[in-house]
Amino acid sequence: MPNMRATKNPMPSQEPNVRNKNFQEVTLGYTEEMALDEAKRCLNCKNKPCVSGCPVNIHIPEFIAKVAEGDFEGAYQVISLSSSLPAVCGRVCPQETQCEGKCVRGIKGEPVAIGRLERFVADYHNAHAEGAVTRPEPNGHKVAIIGSGPAGLTCAGDLAKMGYDVTIYEALHLAGGVLVYGIPEFRLPKAIVQKEVDNLKALGVKVETNMVIGRVLTVEELKEEYGYEAIFIGTGAGLPRFMNIPGENLKGVYSANEFLTRSNLMKAYKGDSTTPIQHAKNVAVVGGGNVAMDAARTAKRLGAENVYIIYRRSMNELPARKEEVEHAEEEGIIFKTLNNPVEILPTDVTDPRDPNFGWVKGIRCVEMELGEPDASGRRSPIVKEGSEFELEMDCVIMALGTSPNPLLKVTTPGLDTRRRGEIVADENGLTSIEGVYAGGDAVTGAATVILAMGAGKTAAAAMDAYIKNKNA
Amino acid sequence: MYKIVRKKSLNPTVTLMDIEAPLIAKKAKPGQFIILRVNEDGERIPLTIAGYDRENGTVTIIFQVVGATTTLLNHKNEGEFIQDFVGPLGTPSHLDGLKKVCVIGGGVGCAIALPVAQALHDMGAEVTSIVGFRNQDLVILEDEFKACSDHFVMMTDDGSYGEKGNVTIPLKAMLEKGERFDEVIAIGPLIMMKFVCLTTKEYDQKTTVSMNPIMVDGTGMCGGCRLSVGGETKFACVDGPDFDGHLVDFDEAMSRSRSYAPFERHAYEETCNLFAKEVQ
Repeated sequence: MPNMRATKNPMPSQEPNVRNKNFQEVTLGYTEEMALDEAKRCLNCKNKPCVSGCPVNIHIPEFIAKVAEGDFEGAYQVISLSSSLPAVCGRVCPQETQCEGKCVRGIKGEPVAIGRLERFVADYHNAHAEGAVTRPEPNGHKVAIIGSGPAGLTCAGDLAKMGYDVTIYEALHLAGGVLVYGIPEFRLPKAIVQKEVDNLKALGVKVETNMVIGRVLTVEELKEEYGYEAIFIGTGAGLPRFMNIPGENLKGVYSANEFLTRSNLMKAYKGDSTTPIQHAKNVAVVGGGNVAMDAARTAKRLGAENVYIIYRRSMNELPARKEEVEHAEEEGIIFKTLNNPVEILPTDVTDPRDPNFGWVKGIRCVEMELGEPDASGRRSPIVKEGSEFELEMDCVIMALGTSPNPLLKVTTPGLDTRRRGEIVADENGLTSIEGVYAGGDAVTGAATVILAMGAGKTAAAAMDAYIKNKNA
Repeated sequence: MYKIVRKKSLNPTVTLMDIEAPLIAKKAKPGQFIILRVNEDGERIPLTIAGYDRENGTVTIIFQVVGATTTLLNHKNEGEFIQDFVGPLGTPSHLDGLKKVCVIGGGVGCAIALPVAQALHDMGAEVTSIVGFRNQDLVILEDEFKACSDHFVMMTDDGSYGEKGNVTIPLKAMLEKGERFDEVIAIGPLIMMKFVCLTTKEYDQKTTVSMNPIMVDGTGMCGGCRLSVGGETKFACVDGPDFDGHLVDFDEAMSRSRSYAPFERHAYEETCNLFAKEVQ
């Protein structure tokens, strides 16, 4: 008999006033009992709408059935047929708009907690799995992956499982892309990302860090000199946008990318870190996406008294996940919605040699109201006349979104891109160059982890078909 | 891991190292830089490439011991390894077509000015070099500069070697006499580059500077290295590090370079204490 309770098993988590002072994971994960109980809420329905809601089509009812039997390792094996990064996705996917959004149980009550179960299964596996992984039989073909974010890791994992000799090239000193530099420890512990990368290495994937493709080696060299038969570009969208308002180059103004890279990748949140970060008192984060929430919650944990989210639309339009907004509110982040900065104000010191010269002192904003819906159905914000006001700040973090980095475009002749630098690719990920595929944020502009994984998966299948066809 | 194949002290605070990095050595061009991490928990610091040996696969870096990380690096010896070494980064210097150039180096900046002067010399350009140091003990690369320069001027702040004063004195004298260059290229401390630019501006003499802002990734993903150039924001790590000196907001750049001054001082003292204890 299925468990017909209308609500999900709640996720144990740290208390808001405790967790906003540390960098340990906020949510603590299900116990075995909770997982067993939650798994029994799945009706194992015939048409499985949840599977169609998952961008990598995990066999969800099958893995949940294994959980319900207490066969947690068996459940992991089911998931790993479709996903290379379950411990990550169980944590950071927006399940409410994907698998869980389609769950039949969600019609009357809450959907099955698919993400929490996926996370439980992956964590169980990582804690208990023993012995070496059996490496797939090599098929004698070489492929290269540029970028080790979610798209590249997924593509690499799938191709390695098919027997390809896979090498990932990563520009930074650690693999993981946004999973290591962007998403904070308190949402996604870096040990988990490392474990997932190690799992790939166990499959035979080689990871070459400190390799800025375009500078140290070009795409053409990878093909012609290194003999890679197909290449996947998963370089993401890491170029930060600024507002181009006065004062943006003052000391104390960061892009969210810089602030989060310092804290996450360089571990500046630790007291003994060699990489510095500003510990500010009053912090404004401009923007309303997940990155803005991550930056705000990081600033709070670094000891800020007041952290503001400044967003030009209203609470209803915040692009961040609902759960992240709730977590931020619980932790004391102040939401100033329908506000927009027009200037960042400097200290009133005029001597450039004075250490207080050139620091942020405040932010000048205007109030906004939402106008009539435009052609796209979105209500655009309009400035309220005479609504200017100032807030005291010693740090401002710009979280306005990112674009693809132009480096690869500039150094790869024949690679077509769109206006904002997004690589042009067809539905299989094929770019304008034969044998070169692309996916994730590099193609779509900034989007989600799971969409990048889906694109990596699609491209892996297409690369396999291309190589097989060429050698047939 | 990247092997230190040669280490040489150029003066009491400036050290040269050749690092085994064949792929970077193969691609590097004058004006480009690398980012390194000394060890597992280290910070990422940018250093301009001071030379490369494509055949032996080595890249030369020259650094001044100014803080915690450069102190750690200076404690590494030949045969030891550094954790991370990535490059070549940045846009190479545009030297094509230059026939008559004045290269100005200040302090450890001379290490970066030298390969530029050498490249120009090899291209057949007429090279005037003006180098400046605080005093005689800090002089580096004098012979190397002389070897690639048609005219060479040595300045020291205290007059203990060469002429007394800073590099703008001979520069101004040349410009005043009507001497003009296709380009003046200045590489050194921000304050020196600022005053070189103020000097050349008076004579409408085209001037290029090599900026050295705070960097984290060095690949254009954070904007920590941003500068105002001609009223626009530029990322030094991808758009530079070379810029038209007459367009750079030097006061802003100097201010931004001191963003973490108290932190840096503290880290430096901690590191020095650490090594002092080891010695005891």
